[in-house]
Amino acid sequence: MAIALTPGVPIAPGGEAPPERVKRKGKTAYFLLIPGMAWLVFFFVIPLGSLFLTSLERPLGSGPSAGYESALRWQNYTEALSKYDTEFLRSFWYAGLATIVCLIISFPLAYFIAFRAGRWRNLLLVLIVAPFFCSFLIRTYAWKTILADDGFITTFANSLNLLPDDRILATPLAVVFGLVYNFLPFMVLPLYASLERIDPRLIEAAADLYARPWIGLQRVTIPLAMPGIVAGTLLTFIPATGDFINSQLLGSPRTRMIGNVIQTQFARDALPTAAALSFSLMAVILVVVFTYIRRAGTEELL
Amino acid sequence: MASSSSSGKVEDLRLVNLVKDYSGVRAVDDISLTIPAGSFFALLGPSGCGKTTTLRIVAGLEDPTSGRVFIGEQDVTIKPPYQRPVNTVFQNYALFPHLTIHDNVAFGLKRRGEKDIETKVSDMLDLVELSDLARRKPAQLSGGQQQRVAVARALINQPDVLLLDEPLGALDLKLRRQMQIELKRIQVDVGTTFVHVTHDQEEAMTMADTVAVMNSGRIEQMGAPEEIYELPKTAFVANFLGQANLMEAEVVDRDGGQLVVQAYGNKWAIPTARAVQNEGQIIVGIRPEKLRIALGASADTEATNSIVGTVTDASFVGVSTQYLVRTPWGQELIAFEQNLAGGDRIRVGDEVSLTWEKSHSFGLAGHENVDAGVMDLSGAIAEAVTESS
Repeated sequence: MAIALTPGVPIAPGGEAPPERVKRKGKTAYFLLIPGMAWLVFFFVIPLGSLFLTSLERPLGSGPSAGYESALRWQNYTEALSKYDTEFLRSFWYAGLATIVCLIISFPLAYFIAFRAGRWRNLLLVLIVAPFFCSFLIRTYAWKTILADDGFITTFANSLNLLPDDRILATPLAVVFGLVYNFLPFMVLPLYASLERIDPRLIEAAADLYARPWIGLQRVTIPLAMPGIVAGTLLTFIPATGDFINSQLLGSPRTRMIGNVIQTQFARDALPTAAALSFSLMAVILVVVFTYIRRAGTEELL
Repeated sequence: MASSSSSGKVEDLRLVNLVKDYSGVRAVDDISLTIPAGSFFALLGPSGCGKTTTLRIVAGLEDPTSGRVFIGEQDVTIKPPYQRPVNTVFQNYALFPHLTIHDNVAFGLKRRGEKDIETKVSDMLDLVELSDLARRKPAQLSGGQQQRVAVARALINQPDVLLLDEPLGALDLKLRRQMQIELKRIQVDVGTTFVHVTHDQEEAMTMADTVAVMNSGRIEQMGAPEEIYELPKTAFVANFLGQANLMEAEVVDRDGGQLVVQAYGNKWAIPTARAVQNEGQIIVGIRPEKLRIALGASADTEATNSIVGTVTDASFVGVSTQYLVRTPWGQELIAFEQNLAGGDRIRVGDEVSLTWEKSHSFGLAGHENVDAGVMDLSGAIAEAVTESS
């Protein structure tokens, strides 16, 4: 492509030039694809295949320390899923809850930045992204301190008798809160991008055609923002399902998510179990995402 | 909610002392006018003159700083847009891209919970000849078709007033002419009051019963197109609505119903009734098509006004030839000559005389700037940029 567009290349007379140009263009495009494809093959396809093979291995002895050998042991899947079904469901429950809360917070925020912020727009966008300048591990640790039992938030909430467990840290509330906090920018930014593209005249036209603000939002703004809503929920839901940091730092053994289980199983060398759980998680997420995109009517995202 | 429109009677639109300030800049400056029910009214002016702001205030999309808007006896000034018996055809149409043509047109009826929506929508689509495209999305339609959808979507609600914001601005010239006739036909058919905002003087004159020329937030002059074209009251109107030759002069005498003025050694006469002032410094105006151009010195200086000059440019445009004639005092005047004889009689460099009927002259206030309202090139470019954005 780049070669064909170079001004110095002489254009051959007659009908010979075009075919040659097309050929060159094609070759260059493939050439440019090589680094990306190589990266995908070495760091995604091969590990994925190896993980899949691992998930079917058979133990040589009674414990994980005895080692494994290649096999086609499908029971690994049924055993892992029946043993850790609670954590599995809990992950989807927490991630779903966090996604909904993120959407409820992000939509008004993104709407405000897109339509009302005026000259503050760029500053607000920078503020949304600003937390990324600091590692999310450190930020989550910070929340551990802020939400601690003797911290002022917990003390204050307790003085109003708001907390059923008398604490925030180590409860599902803290874990879902952590997920919401950590994934909020991934919801706000795509939402902002699609709201910002909406012509404000369309919203005026809705009002002009007798739509009260709430109806205009339902009939015009939200349908037009749908690509952003879908992208935002996916970017939040998918990583939140597999997250283990928030549960580990802000939760307790009773809030263990599937990510924590996988991490523990890998750590104690129970590789087939961990691999089977990883694959199951991936499969379920794929099914959920496809169903969701179908139902949201935004196939063009795929 | 919009009972006044469903009752079928059409109401006057009345603006009373309307003012709109944007952070210190006055966009609309004390506009008062009554637009009679059923008329086709054009607000004409250059970009930034406040015409669109006025329209948006009527639509309820903008709140006036002060002043009131009445539809019939009803004060709608503080009513939100969705409660006004008014609909808008937006610039670039603002069709809902996610809805079909059918659903776009049905949008207003559905919001008001009307009955027989299907029948009304198909009737309306028939009227604008788009029935075949009802299931398409706006992006699949041409500009002219989108324009008709926008009109249909607004008109189906039977508003008391239909507002059109530069509705033809995005169309090419030929289609624009077609749509001008089409819109005028629809307006006559339905009898709704149309308020049409445009910067295109030809469009305004072709379509409207009444034209209001706006400049810097004020209405400079208002009336039937022929009336304000033939007798502009300000230099801005004279220049913005068509072209005009404006010359500075001084009133030296009064002769019956006429003012005798002197300019650069020439003596001309103007009917007193056609001059906004009848003494002192004055500006004499004459439309280019009223000038007769002839080789050599003029014959009858008693019956007509005349000037001698040199042709500096002659552009043949088919139906007419446009001449630029330099006067002895260095001003360039425009004259149109209808293509009656055929061929090119007068050439650049020829000495010519320009004559015109005394009764065709008009007189403007002497303190005015003769270039007010002349669309200069930078202005035209700025306009094009705003439109395309």
